Amino acid sequence: MSGATVDATGTLGGDTLVRVEDLRVHFPITSGIVFQRKIGAVHAVDGLTFDVLRGETLGLVGESGCGKSTTGRAILQLIRPTTGRVLYEGGDLAHLKGTRLREQRKRMQMIFQDPYASLNSRMTIGDIIGEPLLVHRMGSAKERKAKVRELLETVGINPNTLNRYPHEFSGGQRQRVGIARALAVEPNFIVCDEPISALDVSIRAQIINLLQQLQRDFGLTYLFIAHDLSVVRHISDRVAVMYLGRVVELAENAILYENPMHPYTQALLSAVPIPDPAAEELRRPVVLTGDVPSPVEPPSGCHFHTRCPAAQDGLCDVQDPPLLEVRPGHWAACHLITGADYPHIRAGEDDLAVVAEGGAAA
Amino acid sequence: MLPGVAIDSASMSVDGNTLLRLTELTVDFASQEGTVHAVNRVSFDVAAGELVGLVGESGCGKSVTANAIIGLTGMVPNAAVSGAIDFLGKDLLTLPEPELRAIRGRDISMIFQDPVTSLNPVLSIERLMTEGLEVHLGLSHGDAVKRSIELLGEVGIPKAANRIKDYPHQFSGGMRQRVMIAIALSCNPKLLLADEPTTALDVTIQAQILRLLKSLSREHEAAVIVITHDLGVVAGMCQRILVMYAGRIVESGPAKPLFARPHHPYTIGLLKSVPRLNEPRADSLQTIMGLPPDLAHLPPGCAFAPRCFLATDECWAAGPELEPTDEGRMSACFHRDQLRAGETEAVA
Repeated sequence: MSGATVDATGTLGGDTLVRVEDLRVHFPITSGIVFQRKIGAVHAVDGLTFDVLRGETLGLVGESGCGKSTTGRAILQLIRPTTGRVLYEGGDLAHLKGTRLREQRKRMQMIFQDPYASLNSRMTIGDIIGEPLLVHRMGSAKERKAKVRELLETVGINPNTLNRYPHEFSGGQRQRVGIARALAVEPNFIVCDEPISALDVSIRAQIINLLQQLQRDFGLTYLFIAHDLSVVRHISDRVAVMYLGRVVELAENAILYENPMHPYTQALLSAVPIPDPAAEELRRPVVLTGDVPSPVEPPSGCHFHTRCPAAQDGLCDVQDPPLLEVRPGHWAACHLITGADYPHIRAGEDDLAVVAEGGAAA
Repeated sequence: MLPGVAIDSASMSVDGNTLLRLTELTVDFASQEGTVHAVNRVSFDVAAGELVGLVGESGCGKSVTANAIIGLTGMVPNAAVSGAIDFLGKDLLTLPEPELRAIRGRDISMIFQDPVTSLNPVLSIERLMTEGLEVHLGLSHGDAVKRSIELLGEVGIPKAANRIKDYPHQFSGGMRQRVMIAIALSCNPKLLLADEPTTALDVTIQAQILRLLKSLSREHEAAVIVITHDLGVVAGMCQRILVMYAGRIVESGPAKPLFARPHHPYTIGLLKSVPRLNEPRADSLQTIMGLPPDLAHLPPGCAFAPRCFLATDECWAAGPELEPTDEGRMSACFHRDQLRAGETEAVA
């Protein structure tokens, strides 16, 4: 383990498998054709720190453009971080190259969002699933074929279909192929990047159940990236909420959903539609105004202050709120939660909507 | 003017107030693999000012139904449309194109799923907004611009007067959807078809757009058909729900009782397969086994029978018709009485 002191360490009693330290991914914006000058940067991930504990599912939620997918890719070094470290079992991945990086990748895999785009349409599903084994030189041709059949069976596809092409399968079955491919090299850690958002409602539950079953059977650790908060609540042990490249709140599942502290989390949760008209009538939604600002020039201070119902002038628009542990295992980045003037919010007696209303009246 | 066969219409809405009545609407597409039965004898009514949710998975025929109402299926060469779509006494399916064009965009308008691709990128918001106002309402360009600015303000676009010369790419996804709503409402339509209006948007923006649609439909007294796969979207917004599966309406009724106790096994399956924020976490989700059927090769009996937990021999032999169960409710299931009495809960 690294000696650096970091925020947001695990509290479930488990040990850390992946640690992300002050991760930043900035995509340069250039101008000119031959001599490209850098004229700005998209701050996709802007100082992210969290741990993923062995055997857990960490849900990573946020709206589109908040950097959650970039985070997943940067952890696997599919996109190289601009600064910061990604520690896998204590070893920094950000500086690994070539064979040594490939060696590590065997232990970390990814399941992609779009089962139509993420499978090569000119390869049979047997070849698609067998390719990681080939790349990592695992087993003889015969052993690989046996392994592919076994994997297909594991994900619930008839092994005799291994010579078929992706177009012969439905979206749900293709996603199962994508899952089998991720499992082929027997990884410990899988980044699931919106694995069900492209699927139909009645198929989603099948894939979620499969992912949970596989986690139990193989002791997998998941980073589950999604925008659907109901699904994340169902599958995750802990949940991190992202806004414009930063984690704004991180807590155990039950705590985050029952007692969300950050005003963004509160607004996000209140906006999730519930398929029950009786429950919908009783809700008091916090409707945010405006859109998510551009990550090219994120707002000063707290990135959320432009839309926050409780934002305080001279504080939130000036200072960056650090991600601090407010209660054991509950981390939040908000001046109104962590500041000395707001113990009643920290204690969970009031929520920030009350502060916002009180502030408006005063 | 009303077609004679209105008995099995999937609505019990008050007579005389009916705005739209679909009678046995059928849309088939000829394809290499045989005839695809996209919409199969769909009948329902929409009352003036009513908010109706049309729910189903991709390929169930919900968008094709909407396209048929607004007369877009007539433009598809391999489509065969039959039945009747009665809108204020006129059958939209037999109306000549010029008359249809006068209704389309004025009395009936549509909001599409993807705000990024459904606004013409080379036309300014001014052109997009004023076109309908000038053509349908005969406003002068100056008046049309004035009205457009008012409408853009109404849908929540800040500094609308400064932004009217902008092009679609200068707006965010949520803002583009607002522009589309403003265009759709510009001629005070009596019926608004919203095809997955929030699917491409984030949750916080979705909440804004749904609220806006609801309040605008009240102010403009427009009926809205919200087409979606997301049961949550219609739960808080619509008064009446129509559930479609494999080209047919399998259940219809007022939202509250329908969500509380569905009378069709498919609705039960759909509701149980989505995790909810207001319920305790379960270890695993209930699933609907199998896949939706191929619309070119539908099974002879009930199309849902191969996936149904209640299916009996009867269901495999013949398809059940949509018949009344409770007040204002209908279900196309042979086991509807069992479901109505709540006898199947242990099985489900």
